Parts: sequence; C-alpha cells; structure tokens
Amino acid sequence: MSQFFANIMSSVSGWWDEFSNEFYQNFILNDRWMLLVDGLSVTLTITLGALVIGLILGVLLALLRLSKNSILCGFAKVYLTIFRGTPLLCQLLIINYVVFSGINIPPVIVAIIAFGMNSGAYVAEIVRSGILSIDVGQTEAARSLGLNQVQTLRYIILPQAFKNILPTLANELIVLLKETSIVGYIALQDLTKAGDFIRSRTFSALMPLIGVAMVYLAMTTLLSFLFGKLERRMRANDSRS
Amino acid sequence: MIRVHDLHKSFGQNEVLKGITEHIKKGEKIVVIGPSGSGKSTFLRCLNLLETPTAGEIYVDDELITQKKFNINKLRMKMGMVFQSFNLFPHLSVLQNLTLAPIKLGLKTPAEAEETAIALLKRVGLSDKANAYPKQLSGGQQQRVGIARALAMNPEIMLFDEPTSALDPEMVGEVLEVMTQLAEEGMTMVVVTHEMGFAREVASRVMFMDNGQIVEQGPPEQIFSAPQNARTKEFLGKVL
Repeated sequence: MSQFFANIMSSVSGWWDEFSNEFYQNFILNDRWMLLVDGLSVTLTITLGALVIGLILGVLLALLRLSKNSILCGFAKVYLTIFRGTPLLCQLLIINYVVFSGINIPPVIVAIIAFGMNSGAYVAEIVRSGILSIDVGQTEAARSLGLNQVQTLRYIILPQAFKNILPTLANELIVLLKETSIVGYIALQDLTKAGDFIRSRTFSALMPLIGVAMVYLAMTTLLSFLFGKLERRMRANDSRS
Repeated sequence: MIRVHDLHKSFGQNEVLKGITEHIKKGEKIVVIGPSGSGKSTFLRCLNLLETPTAGEIYVDDELITQKKFNINKLRMKMGMVFQSFNLFPHLSVLQNLTLAPIKLGLKTPAEAEETAIALLKRVGLSDKANAYPKQLSGGQQQRVGIARALAMNPEIMLFDEPTSALDPEMVGEVLEVMTQLAEEGMTMVVVTHEMGFAREVASRVMFMDNGQIVEQGPPEQIFSAPQNARTKEFLGKVL
C-alpha cells in the first residue's frame, strides 16, 4: 500500500519536475515571456487600429451602398465584392508587397490598414442591415420635424441601428482579433508569431502554442463578456424587451 | 395658407391622386374622410412633401414648395405632423423626443427647449412621464407625446394622419380631447380620420375623398346631414 503511494508520488513529482522545467525553458529563461507580452501588444495594436478604421469605413460604405446615387452605390458594391471575395491573407500580402512596396512605413501600420479595409467591408454589411432594420416611420418622423438627412441619420437612425447590431459587431471584433494571427507573413511578431518563435528555440511545441491559444481565448472570452454587459445595459436603458 | 393646384401622385402605374385643387386658409380645421385607398393619407403627406407629387403645384404662404430647389426642411419646421403609428424615437426619453429637433436645429437652447417641452407635456396631461421611454407608455399616451413633439417646433399648421387608428378604443378619447383643445386654440389643422364624431364636432370643413379626388366638401352639418353626392351617401351610410 505504501509502495503504491510512493509510486504515485514519484510519478506525480516526475511529471511536475518535467512540467516546471518545460515552463522554465519556454517562458522564464531569457525572459521569453516578454516575447509573448510584446507579441500581445502588437496583436492588440493591430486589432484596435483596424477596429477604428473598420467602423468608420464600414459606416461610410454602408451609407454609399444605401445611396440613391448609382456611382457611389456601385463603388461600394465593387469594394465589398473584392474585399469579401478574396482571402484576407492574400489582401495583406498585396497591400504590403504591392501597394506599399518601396514605401517606408512601419509594418504595423500596413497591417492596421489591411485589416481595417477588410473589416470595413464586413462592418458595412452589418451596419447596412442595422439601418434597414429601423422602421421607415422613424425617418419620416424626424424629417417631418425639419431635421435634414444627415441629422436624421446621426441622431435617430444610427443610434438605434447600432443598438440592434451590437452583438454582430462584437462578433466581428472577435473574428478580427483572431484573424490578426496571420501578420507573421509580413514579418510582424504578434502573439502567434512570438509563440512560434519560442517553439523554434526550445523545440517544444506544446507549451508555447497552447499558452498562446489560451491568451487568445482569455481575450475573446473577456470581450464577449464585456459586450454582453454593454448590451444588457443598453436594452435596460430604453426598456425594450 | 396652403394652395394646391391640380395635384397628381402615382406610385408606379397606380394613380392615387387624380388632380386635387384646394385652398386651405389660416385657422381652418379640415377633416378629410373617405374609404381606405381613396388617397387621403397620400394627399396629407404631399402637403409636407413626405411624398413627392408627380404633377401639380403646392404653395405654402405663397411659396411654391414643389419647385426643385425648395428648402424642404424649412417648410417642415412650420408644419407639424402626427402619425398613425406614433413614430416616437424609442431610444430617447419623452422629454428628449420633444427637445431634440428644436435644439439640433438651433431654434432653442437646451434650457429653453426643456422648458417648452415641460409646458407641452403638461398641456397633453403627461407631466409625470417626462423621463419615461416611449415603450413604457400606453398607445394613447404615446400619441399625445407625438402631438406634443410636433407642437414643440411651434408649427403654424398641424397635419394628422389617422392619429387614432392604431389605438385601443378606450384610448381614442384622450387623444381626440387634446386635438379638440388644439382646434379651440385656433391651430390650423388638416386631419385624416375615421372618427366621424370628431369631424362633426371640430371640423370647419369636411372633405370627402374617393378614388383620388375630393368628391364633396362643405361644413360638417351639410356633409353629414345632407350629402349631395351618391358616393358620399354610400360611404356615410356604412360608417355612421
């Protein structure tokens, strides 16, 4: 009986030794955890930058797409077709190596522009559906009070539309965050690339890659939680069920 | 105040208004009645250009509003409109529903707008609902807010597009009461409605529309007691 426990203890302690050694090698030695922190900050910078560009571009494209002017609407349609119809990685490479070739700008900015332009196409369709979901009576009421088209959009339609599309927008942000993991292709060291770099140094794949995945998971879970809270608060605000 | 000349409106192949010529004077309370699909609402919506007329002219205060370059927003500021489905702004409180347009259009400071709004809410009997949201109100209360919102722009004329048609019967009275009060204060009103009692009591002139035309009009006593036109007789026979 005591032999049995001794065996278990020794195998547990053996596993523990191995685990702590691996952990030390992959994260502590040479301050490798700092690589992950730096990578995470690149990932977050790109995500936030692209989010801002994507939202602005998305609203603009949605308005163009809804405009009665056939040239503006046509432009938006072509844009959406191109950016939704080709792989994001392909767009990233083209923007980096073709559009900005020979121009000296930091690759983080290139990534922000590429992801922002891509996200804008998806946000545009989300915003458009949000605008169309608002009853035409809202526009008529606003216009009948003398508000012009821009004021009507700004004060009446968009606030309601955003409330309706918030869950979908949150989802788009989460997708965006995860999709930035391909920026390694243009020589940026983001979170994923940092994990991969550690793997190439320590020759152990499990710990750095699972570690990276867990950081992504923690961030997306946190975002879901925060958006859920925000959504509930906005709903309570106008007591719509 | 409003002169309409040979007004036509078509939706695709469907001609809804077939030539309306009319003159609405200041202080008049016009009630437009008629069967569904007769063009009553379209006529009303043409007056503030929520519908663009296919042909014909509309003059408001001697200005041709149907000309291309006309500033529609300026016109709409002096024409209040009340809708069948209320169309309150659900993301704004009752008070904000009333103050948004006067503030954003630069007509009033926020403090002035709020003061006017509170006075108007008192007038429609909803002082205690200033901070409520539209969805928390009954239909009748919402429509009274709708009227107050239009009045907050201090309009010269009020257009009512079937204001009580979406209401439960027991709430119709409270809305009509506010409208009657408004009429007594001298507001120029054009009301599309199925409430014949209101028409009889408040209207200075009743118009009967059928098939895109004004078939008959006159003071309510005449229209309701001694209609001349066969279609008017038929319609009133059904609804009274």
